Amino acid sequence: MPSLLEVNNLEVLYNNIILVLKGLSLKVKKGTIVALLGSNGAGKSTTLKAISGFLPLEDGEITDGNIEYQGEALTGLAPHHIVKKGLFQVMEGRRVFEDLTVEENLICGAYTQKSRAQIQRDLDKCFEYFPILKQRYKRLAGYLSGGEQQMLVISRAMLAKPTLMMLDEPSMGLAPMLVEEIFEIIQKINENEGTAILLVEQNAQMALGISSYGYIMENGRIVLDGSVDLLLNDRDVQEFYLGMGDNSENVSYRNVKHYKRRKRWLS
Amino acid sequence: MDIFLQLIVSGFLVGGIYALIALGFVLIYKATNIINFATGEFMMIGAYIFYSLSVYLKLSPFIGIPLVIVAAALLGALVERLILRHMLGQPNISIIMVTIGLSSILLGIAEIIWGSSFRSFPALFPRKAIIIGEIVLRSNLFYGFVTAMVVVVVFLLVFKYAKVGVAMRATANDQIAAFSMGINVKSMFTISWAFGAIAASLGGIIIGNIGGVQPTLGHIGLKIFPIVILGGLDSIMGAVIGGLLVGILENLAGGYLDPYFHGGVKDLAPFVVLIIILLIKPYGLFGTKEIERL
Repeated sequence: MPSLLEVNNLEVLYNNIILVLKGLSLKVKKGTIVALLGSNGAGKSTTLKAISGFLPLEDGEITDGNIEYQGEALTGLAPHHIVKKGLFQVMEGRRVFEDLTVEENLICGAYTQKSRAQIQRDLDKCFEYFPILKQRYKRLAGYLSGGEQQMLVISRAMLAKPTLMMLDEPSMGLAPMLVEEIFEIIQKINENEGTAILLVEQNAQMALGISSYGYIMENGRIVLDGSVDLLLNDRDVQEFYLGMGDNSENVSYRNVKHYKRRKRWLS
Repeated sequence: MDIFLQLIVSGFLVGGIYALIALGFVLIYKATNIINFATGEFMMIGAYIFYSLSVYLKLSPFIGIPLVIVAAALLGALVERLILRHMLGQPNISIIMVTIGLSSILLGIAEIIWGSSFRSFPALFPRKAIIIGEIVLRSNLFYGFVTAMVVVVVFLLVFKYAKVGVAMRATANDQIAAFSMGINVKSMFTISWAFGAIAASLGGIIIGNIGGVQPTLGHIGLKIFPIVILGGLDSIMGAVIGGLLVGILENLAGGYLDPYFHGGVKDLAPFVVLIIILLIKPYGLFGTKEIERL
């Protein structure tokens, strides 16, 4: 199956001096959920911003490599053109328009959609996924709770009818119960709407739980990738990302071998 | 008591017209965070274009006003596209200097085209004064107020309900998130400049219809400035209330105090109140807290 999104050997430079991505490559196939994991500062959000065309807004620049979406090059396109192509990013930290009502936020999500009847149908669908939004419809988005805001930004994304939705840390700052609910809905959206999802997460357990393929980033490049089964059985992933430790022998954090193993990824 | 009522009501009417021009500031500031010091000149150019259309081309106001709206929108959009677009991300002070420079350029252009002499408008509205009880209102002022309020309400409705209005508010609220919605943020800037210029030039026509037009008509822009600051730079309702407040205040000060001070109090009073209000509420009566002050 051809890939929906293909990122090849991407290099991103901030402020002409800080090299954040150092030759990153990844693929997302049509209708799949792909997880992009990694610790703080690994460059996960930068990857998404590069794909969505946000880099010029933050003084970042793609210096090498290319991004292809459905066979077309995305590099150099303005963000609003990229959204029109069916690629929608849900930004980190629930960027709701706080001064706008829930309704108006949703109108913004459907900004690229033309047919009113279709928007109404999509809206009804959103309310099925998130009934709470219907109750809060006329309320200012700034006054919603964190979980409700996360639901709102995901609904906003659904109304744009993307073929690929990129979610940047949807679990951030939410209670564990809520995280589980949000992830269930992400999975449902993928199954019911056929939307491919690129999921950036620090919560590896949750992310791998719903994905079919995963990439692990360290320091601006992919250090490990594979199907989720493969990753879940990888000793390094278990230890460093899933916090499972090694059950057979009691590994001390001062263990030299352990340190070397992590080091291999960092270099 | 009659004089008091008379002053209040006519001040209210003047204030409504001020509010429309203040909207010219607010519409641009809200979306782009730029204070357009050329708003007064946009107003003056609008008045002159209308003057030319109705005096030289003898067009009826029903054709003239829509043409002025189109011309103002083009002027605003061109200024944004050709000048301000390239100033994105530059320090605020440079951008302010650019708009001040722009005001001088527009003033000069107006003098070149229309000369510096005073011209009076052909009558737009019925001349018969409006009499409510004991209050007598100049017809130009009364109909001017009504027109200004209609325009303000139209802008309010566009911002509240039209898709482009919602997108502009979204842009004002969070630019990056607006980008992520597929909103073309840069074209929102262009549209907001066009809207601002339309509001200012319609205000210019109304003011010109009351007192005639000359290139220095734009200096009224300076008087509008306290209104915008008073209302909080980014609030449309603030502009309306600020406008009405300043109109009434100015009229009261003019009516009661000017006779004792050989004039001048009328122009000074709004600024005194502005300073007092800003001392108590530094962000204006309705402004958002993060607004950067000059």
